[in-house]
Amino acid sequence: MTAAVELTGITKRFGDVVAVDAVDLVIDDGQFFAMLGPSGCGKTTTLRMIAGLDFPTEGSLKIFGDEVGTLPPNKRPVNTVFQSYALFPHMNVLDNVAFGLRMQGVNKGDARAKAAQAIDLVRLAGMETRKPSQMSGGQQQRVALARALVNEPKVLLLDEPLGALDLKLRQEMQGELKRLQQELGVSFVFVTHDQEEALTMSDRIAVMDQGRILQVGSPEEIYEHPANRFVADFIGQTNLLEGTVEDSSTVCLANGARVQASSDRPVGTAVAVSLRPERAHIAATEAVEDRPSVEGVVDRVTYLGNARVYTVRLDWMEVEVREENRPGAALHEPGAPVSIWWDPGAVWVVGDE
Amino acid sequence: MTAIDIPEADRVTLEFEALAQRQARRRGFLLALPAWIYLIVFFAVPFGIVVVYSFATRTSRGGVALSDWNLASYERLGEELVRNVLIRSLGLALLTTVICLVVAYPFAYFMTTLSARVRNLMLVFVMIPFWTNFLVRNYAWRLILAEDGPWNTTAEAFGIDTVIDWIIDLPGWIAPDFLVGWLVDVPEPLFTKLAVILGLVYSFLPFMILPLYASIERIDGALLEASRDLYANARQSFVRVLLPLSMPGVVAGSILVFVPSLGAYVTPDILGGGKEVLLGSYIVTQFGTARNFPFGASLSVVLMVVMLTATIGYFRSGGRNL
Ligand SMILES: Nc1ncnc2c1ncn2[C@@H]1O[C@H](COP(=O)(O)OP(=O)(O)O)[C@@H](O)[C@H]1O
Ligand SMILES: [Mg+2]
Repeated sequence: MTAAVELTGITKRFGDVVAVDAVDLVIDDGQFFAMLGPSGCGKTTTLRMIAGLDFPTEGSLKIFGDEVGTLPPNKRPVNTVFQSYALFPHMNVLDNVAFGLRMQGVNKGDARAKAAQAIDLVRLAGMETRKPSQMSGGQQQRVALARALVNEPKVLLLDEPLGALDLKLRQEMQGELKRLQQELGVSFVFVTHDQEEALTMSDRIAVMDQGRILQVGSPEEIYEHPANRFVADFIGQTNLLEGTVEDSSTVCLANGARVQASSDRPVGTAVAVSLRPERAHIAATEAVEDRPSVEGVVDRVTYLGNARVYTVRLDWMEVEVREENRPGAALHEPGAPVSIWWDPGAVWVVGDE
Repeated sequence: MTAIDIPEADRVTLEFEALAQRQARRRGFLLALPAWIYLIVFFAVPFGIVVVYSFATRTSRGGVALSDWNLASYERLGEELVRNVLIRSLGLALLTTVICLVVAYPFAYFMTTLSARVRNLMLVFVMIPFWTNFLVRNYAWRLILAEDGPWNTTAEAFGIDTVIDWIIDLPGWIAPDFLVGWLVDVPEPLFTKLAVILGLVYSFLPFMILPLYASIERIDGALLEASRDLYANARQSFVRVLLPLSMPGVVAGSILVFVPSLGAYVTPDILGGGKEVLLGSYIVTQFGTARNFPFGASLSVVLMVVMLTATIGYFRSGGRNL
């Protein structure tokens, strides 16, 4: 099967700034694909190169097997939902949505009929004659979506489309986008800096930093087995316990404690043991036996309603532990000496690379 | 707080607000007063006098009799000679406007693509001509366009005569008469229509560039990208998105160029040598050598009405770009 989008050695430089650095990436057809990374890591630039709004400095870019390196955007079978929506302010909703079809030479009547269907698809029926300025942010977002989808692109590109919406609307639109993607079966390439959004919506995620792709995988792979320190830290919350590899199943922590953690890195490599707060448990010092653990003192407790987060001060760092709020669960006051323990399989060793 | 207090408090608040409003209005009136006085003394009153004169009668000794009110001066507007002056002036002003628009649009668009520093530098360049007196600049053009001046010698060095002869010999459907009429003046434009157009375009181009730049600069670049993403080619993107969104600038610039071109007096006189009688110089003649104040006044009224109509039309269409 040919990939929907295939980037090979793609680099984009703006003067001295390397925005995208030798990226290799394959996006399969029909996937909900997220590009995730902190602001300024090159997500938008990558998306713009796929759309044809920027051209790569180096590398090969294929869409369904066709090299599109320097094709202008109007010659590519992809459409974009812009971060700012970029709706044409001088046209009403119907003409905005019909624009792409009209430009492709579809006659006015047919274009408008199809546009009306697309408007229906995003649940805006009845708003055809409104101007974009007369609509809320969420509605404008839907118009932008309809305007792109009506062209039946082979790949839909979305640049932080939900960034400007408030939380409730954002969650609603997340569901909506997922529904549309599954109904239409086309690839969505979705740019976001929100790791939770990426985890809940995507089939696959590419994690980017400083113009490079650090890891590509399913949400589970990325969360459970982060490729390196940056990914482990960026996706969800985690505690990184610094140490060195002692043998294939043991890491020696900074305080000299040995913990069971398997890795295939050479002996003596500086690594960190990633311990997610919800995988760690807290207990009075005497209660722990036979399990990997570290000892410390409770510094503060944050009450979240459904859970408590204990911040525990070790000799050399702070560790967060999340305990679900169950009836009968033991409580620990600030200042109490405690042990933090976990199941041997709960940790994951990450390095710099 | 008791139930009786509330309306009492409300009443006091309302009174206070009304007072504040009255004060704000009075302050606004006072601030605007100098401008009002200026407009009344230097615009409304003189214009009123002109309108009154336009209905008066010329005495046999070239004076004005403020009696015998009549429409004779307006009836003269229908005479063929006068009509030709009006039509020629309108045509020239229109042509100047169109040329300015065609030259200024790409320039203004290009400016918006530059970095802020270069862009400001360009804006300064656009405005530099204003540092020199208008008359001086027109006389400078006279030197440039004169026989054996820089224009003339450059054009001849490039063998422009041969090119023009060649074009004139082309069949009429490629080189129509009106085009040939302009072309023959190219080697020595001074004291021809061509020089007048050149001078007017040169003088008023900044008035086209600035509002165009202001309105294009305001357009979100993502809209143009969106149009290209939605299968518009460069031309469609211009016609469907850039041009409609920059229309306020187009209209504002056109009015700012058309209105002074229509009444232009200095440039046609200095560069056209007064050979082609245009509205501006025709009005001057009426107040000067012809000593026909009522007719001069009626021509001025016509000019004012055209200008006011254009300006009001612009503001009615919702433009706020001047
Ligand atoms: N047109 C441009 N000119 C110069 N630098 C740019 C341009 N576009 C992006 N950059 C730089 O490239 C890097 C990546 O930007 P971008 O792709 O927008 O990041 P993201 O979308 O992940 O926040 C940033 O350092 C940014 O400053
Ligand atoms: Mg971005």
